[in-house]
This record gives sequence, structure tokens and C-alpha cells, in this order.
Amino acid sequence: MIFYKEKLNNGLQIIAELNPNAHSVAVGYFVRTGSRDETAAVSGVSHFLEHMAFKGNEKYSADDVNRIFDEIGANYNASTSEEITLFYGSFLPEHLKTAMELLSTLIYPTLRQEDFDMEKKVILEEIGMYDDLHSFTAYEKVMQAHFQGHPLGRSILGTVQSITDLTAEQMRDYHAQQYMAGNLTLAITGNADWNQVLELAHQFCDHWPSGKTERPMDEASPADHAQIIIEKGIQQQHIMQLAPAPAAQNLLRLPAEILAIIIGDDSNSRLYWKLVDTGLAESAELGYNEYDGSGTWLTYLCSDPELTESNRQRIQEIYDDVNQNGVTREELDRAKNKLASRLVLRSERPMGRLSSLGGNWVYRQEYVSVADDLKLLNSVTLEGIRELLKKYPLGYSTTAAVGPMTSVVD
Amino acid sequence: MGKQLIQTHQYPNGLTLITETMDDVQSAAFSIMVPAGSIYDQTNRHGTASILADLITRGAGPYNSRQLSCALDDLGVQSHEGANSAHITFSGATLAGKLAETLKIYGEILKAPHLPEDQFAASRAGAEQALLSVEDDPRQKALIELKRRSFPAPWGLPTDGELTDLPNISIKDIQQHYQSCFQPNGTIIGIAGNVDFEQVRQLVDDIFGSWEFAAVREEPGLVYEQEKVFFTEQESTQTHLGIAYDAAPYGHPDYYAAWAAVGILSGGMSSRLFTEVREKRGLCYTVSASLTGMPGLGRVLCYAGTTSERAQETLDVTLFELTRLGEGIEEAELERCKARAKSSLIMSQESTSSRASSIARDWYYLKRITTLDQINEEIQQLTTDRVLGYIHAHPAANFTVLTIGPQPLEVPSDIL
Repeated sequence: MIFYKEKLNNGLQIIAELNPNAHSVAVGYFVRTGSRDETAAVSGVSHFLEHMAFKGNEKYSADDVNRIFDEIGANYNASTSEEITLFYGSFLPEHLKTAMELLSTLIYPTLRQEDFDMEKKVILEEIGMYDDLHSFTAYEKVMQAHFQGHPLGRSILGTVQSITDLTAEQMRDYHAQQYMAGNLTLAITGNADWNQVLELAHQFCDHWPSGKTERPMDEASPADHAQIIIEKGIQQQHIMQLAPAPAAQNLLRLPAEILAIIIGDDSNSRLYWKLVDTGLAESAELGYNEYDGSGTWLTYLCSDPELTESNRQRIQEIYDDVNQNGVTREELDRAKNKLASRLVLRSERPMGRLSSLGGNWVYRQEYVSVADDLKLLNSVTLEGIRELLKKYPLGYSTTAAVGPMTSVVD
Repeated sequence: MGKQLIQTHQYPNGLTLITETMDDVQSAAFSIMVPAGSIYDQTNRHGTASILADLITRGAGPYNSRQLSCALDDLGVQSHEGANSAHITFSGATLAGKLAETLKIYGEILKAPHLPEDQFAASRAGAEQALLSVEDDPRQKALIELKRRSFPAPWGLPTDGELTDLPNISIKDIQQHYQSCFQPNGTIIGIAGNVDFEQVRQLVDDIFGSWEFAAVREEPGLVYEQEKVFFTEQESTQTHLGIAYDAAPYGHPDYYAAWAAVGILSGGMSSRLFTEVREKRGLCYTVSASLTGMPGLGRVLCYAGTTSERAQETLDVTLFELTRLGEGIEEAELERCKARAKSSLIMSQESTSSRASSIARDWYYLKRITTLDQINEEIQQLTTDRVLGYIHAHPAANFTVLTIGPQPLEVPSDIL
């Protein structure tokens, strides 16, 4: 495993962790743009643009892009979050050149009006699809409540109204402003030759405009105990709650990752034993999410509406206990073990390495090998967790509820 | 594909071990298939296998429920267990050096589970919560219901059971299901990763060699659904469509032709359904078709989710594309299927979990293992004539059509 990095004159950063024994190679363009970089007038444009990327450029039509990716048997896709738009694929090493050219094509699409009009329909369908996924609705609403007035509160999908109103011109402007080479990182993992990677990057990316946008990174100060209740005639009640947690640049993020495993992993965690093992809830989980400048504890509860209140009390009791007494050494060691195993197993595949390689670079401009990651994990102490809990206690500031309940006791 | 080292061993008690040695990885994965799936649930007690799959890890041998979870976590095992139609499957992966200790724990789970009565109510309540969640997820429900309508009972029945049956199930039913189904004969253990066959063979012998052969059970009879069109009214934002029709099952001489036919319809973003339904018309976000089956019986299951006002058009276009396949396929379409197959077969060698479950499943269906080279060769030898010949012999016809949403759709009666 060898790490390489380079920066093109236009600011595009290239990083690679190469392994000649791998069967495949994975390539991803990490674009530092997402819903938090939008204004209300173009809400949902980052995600819509991610779809439009596959519509091709002057050289390749939309059909060409899909066809050629399939011709080389690539696994490829894209995703949009609050902060990153990612275009990625994994394929056999002999197809590196074709794949790099196509993935690079995605970054500068032509954005033709007719494609825009057709894809708008697909985006509206996607909004409809997520509307039938109640935990997703709860997530969108709790983010909106928690980050009110902060860019992180913007919806990734946008709304039916904002997408209907969006014009191709607005999208072109957004693209020109956000897809400058300085906002991009090209990450490669697996079986590839570094010199060839560099050569291809020069060939396909040198002409991209230079420049970089700055993103305000103020830590959010969430509205205290804001609630959004969405009543739906469904069987189960979904509750999501957020509280502040360490930001992506905060060293406390490692203890936070471990604490989330101890308290709220989907198996063998405190929430699991109290609520899921006992059959009181279908899901009861605590997650830790890191963003530029902010972070969240995300509590998710899905259960019979009649049990929701008592379940919330049970969760609060667990949180109170942890905030006051911390966790045990045994729990800490076990969680480290669990995370270490996940890390090693995931890293056996180039595609499994890509997101942590790119993520570490985009958020912190650092390369962390699997071995270093294991060392970092092992360096977390009970003292570190106490310090974390002092600054970022478990709990909630904001709540979203989706289901039969008309109110949630605060 | 490169050389694959696959070895099998049959123990006197009927247990089968298959290993695939992979030198380039640090991990080892396992897939243990016990013939105890939901098809063996008694009438009016559907959900028994599913509850057993949960209860069985709540204590075994010297471990109570919590100790068992902790022991597996300490070994870094990422595990999963669940009931499907034919089996309760225990799968997991960890570092290869931890495999021996891990399998010893699974020996306790399979041979000496506590099945604690005091945890039965919690386990059943968990099963109920999971089924209620399916009621709230029309997409998942559409696929579960499509399977029910297109496969004969009990194979098509939901593997997680039925809400109405759960109150009928007692701890005695769970214990009885365990007694009658957990046996070495018919159980398959697939192990893939950085392992040595001889060592694993001995290890499995030490752990499972004393497990006693049990009487062979009668396989359940099959009951076919006569109806072809189904509608469930639900206040969902989208209408969820399911379409099913017959296909060659796994192990059939035409299986790979069937696979290619479905690949042309739904493999990759240049496939017909994605192009015609989504890219050209913008009718939906998700549209897909997949080949699935039970021993001796294959089906293509299609799904599309679309807003209700465009649901009729989505159904019409999808059905048109399914039937149009018989009119001809292009060389290039087949070539893309071949490229996708080659790439995914090679990449599967990067995943011990994927290989472990493949070899175990292969043994169940075929009583032999198809190597990646053999699969690739079968696929690379396909011609458009051969695939078209298959499509004519197994046309997309006699559809089962199911919708979940605010309104029913019109299904032309001549295609049913």
C-alpha cells in the first residue's frame, strides 16, 4: 500500500493509495459542494446537478455515458450530502483510462435544456419516493429544525416547489461557481499505476478552471427544543433527535465515534439491550455525524406509538447515566475491537477504502492509512470520553416526529 | 479469473463443508445454512423460523445472551443471522486468525441454544415491530407481496411471518421447530478467506462431528396462486408496482441465458428499463428487474415506484418493454452483460463474505460448486440467438401484477 499525492496547477488535488495485488481499482471525484452551499432560491440544485452530470458533454451524450460505463463493466454511481457531491466507480484495472475519462466528463457536463427538463421529472419522483420512507422524512425534518438559520439545515433533495421553479440557467451558474478545480479532490484506491493516473489527470483535468470557494464554518447553535411533527396514518412512530457533537476538525470526533458504538450501535449497545433486545422498539440507535465546523448526536427511535414516550424516557435514563458516569473500560475496549474489525474488513476492497481516503483528505487534508487509523482508535481513553461528554453531553436539542402521534412531550 | 482453490468435505453425519482459500486477504467469512427456513413453519404459525433465528442467539452453551454478543464482538465478528425460505442462515466475517474461536461459538449456537422462555415474548414483540414497519414501507411491501403472489406457498410466503399468526406462536413451537430442523444432514458450511482446508476440516469435525444425524423430514407441498392481479389501497405518495413472470431457475441449462435476458432489461444504466422508463420518459426514480428463484422454479420480479398520476403510463411502458424483448436483442447489449459479468466475478474475489455465501448457496442448489471461470465461460459463450431462443421459449407473459397506492391501475387482460 503506497500513498501518493499531487496538485495540478488549477488546484485539483489528486491522492492515491495503490495496491498492485488488488483485483480492481476505485476512482472518485469528491466535490466540496452540497446542500449547505446552496441558497434558498436554488434549494436541491447540488443533488439535481449530480443527476445532470450523467447527461454528458459535447463529446458524449447521456446514452453514451451510461453505455460506455456498462461496456467496461463498471460499478458506478454518485451521491450528494450536505457537504460533498461524490462521483465514483470501481472497475477492472485495464479500464482505468476509459473510466477516468468518463468520470471526468461527469464533472463538466453540458447541462442541456431538454435533459434538464426530463431529469426534473426524475428528481420529483425521487422526492416522492423519499416521502414514502418515513425515517428519511424524520431525518430531513430534524436537520431542518436543528440547523434553523444555519446552512446545514437545507434539504438535500429540495422541495417539489424549489425543484419545479429551478431553471437550467441557475444550475449553470451554481455549477460554474462550485465546480472550480480547487473544490475538487480526485481519489484513487486499488490496482493502478501512479504515473498513468497523473498522466490521465493532466489529460482530462488540466483545462478545468482554477479557483476555490470558501465555506462559512461557524458552529451551529441549535434552537432549544424545537420540534417538527409530521402526522401520518402509519403503524410505527419515528422519532429523530439531534444534539450538538464535535465537528469534523475536532479531535474529539474519535471518542465520539466510539461512544456512539457503545451507546447506540445496532447490536450489543446500551440502547440495544434496553430497547431492541426487549422488543420495546424496532430500532433505537445513536449515531455521530461530523460536518465542517459542526457535529451532531443523532438519536433514532422507531416503535409502536404507544411505547414511544416510555421508550424516550428509557433512552434519557441511559443518556443521564452516561453523562454522569461515563462508560466502563470493558465497553471501551469492546467498541475499539468492533470498530477495528469493521475498518480492516471494509478496507479489503478498493471501493471500501475510497470513502475514508477521500473523506479524510477533504475534511482534514490528511492521509490516514489503515494501520494509522487503528493506532488512532487505540489511543482513545476513558479520560477522552469524559472530556467529550463534558463538552458534548448526550441528549437532544431538537426533535422530529413522523407517524400517528400528534405531539411529543418535550 | 485466476486460480481458485475450492475444496469440499462431507461428514458422516451429513454435514457439508466447502472452503475457498483466498491468499490475498486477511479475513475469513462463513455462511452456515441450516435447513430450518420459513417453509417449515406450521400453518397459522408463520413467523416461527424468524423468531427462532432471533431467539437462538439469546444464549447458548456456557454463554447467556449478553455474553454471547460480547464474545463475538471481542473476536471482531460482523455477524448476521436470519430466516429465508429454505434456511436459517448464520453468516459473518472476521480476521482469519479468529475463525477457530468464532466457529466454536457457532457450534454452541447451533447445537446447544438455550431458547430461553423468559425472552420469548421480547423476541416475538421484536418480530411484530419488524412486520409493522413493513406495513409502513410500501416499496418493501410490494416486493414481499409480489413474491407471495408469484411463487407457490409456502415458498412465496413472507419469510418474516404474518402479523395475524404471531399470537398463535408459542415457545413450544419455537423449540419444536428447532428440534425438527436443526440437524447436520442438509446443513452447509461455506468458508472463504485466508484459511487452510485441512485445518478447517479438522476444526469443523471437532465442533460438529458429534452432532447427531436426524430423521429426514417431508418437504412441504406446493400451493399455487390462481389470481394474477392484486391491488392494495394505501395512502402513499407514490404508487408501487410489482410485475412477475416465469424464468429458468438456477441450475437449468438455460439459466445464464435467463440471466442475460434480465441483464439486458435491467443490468446497468444503459439497460432497457432504465433507458425507456426513467431516462427517456422520466417516469420514475427506481425501476428494476431481477432474476430470483427457489429450487426448480425461477421468476423475474420487476419493481417500479412512481407518482400516482403517472403510474398507469409506467405500468404500460414497463410491460411493453418486457414483451418487446422477444422481438430482438442487439449484439452490443449482450456484450455489455458479458462485461458486467466478468467484472463482477473478478471483483467478488475481493470479498470473502460474497464468496462464502456463493459456495454455500451453490452447494444447496447444485450439490457442486461452479467456479468463477466456469460461470464466466458460460456467459462469454452466449450468443444473441441463444438468448433470443431462450426468450421465445420462456416469453415474458402470464404476468402477475401488483400495485400498492391510492388507486388501482388497468391491467390488459390479454397479458395475464
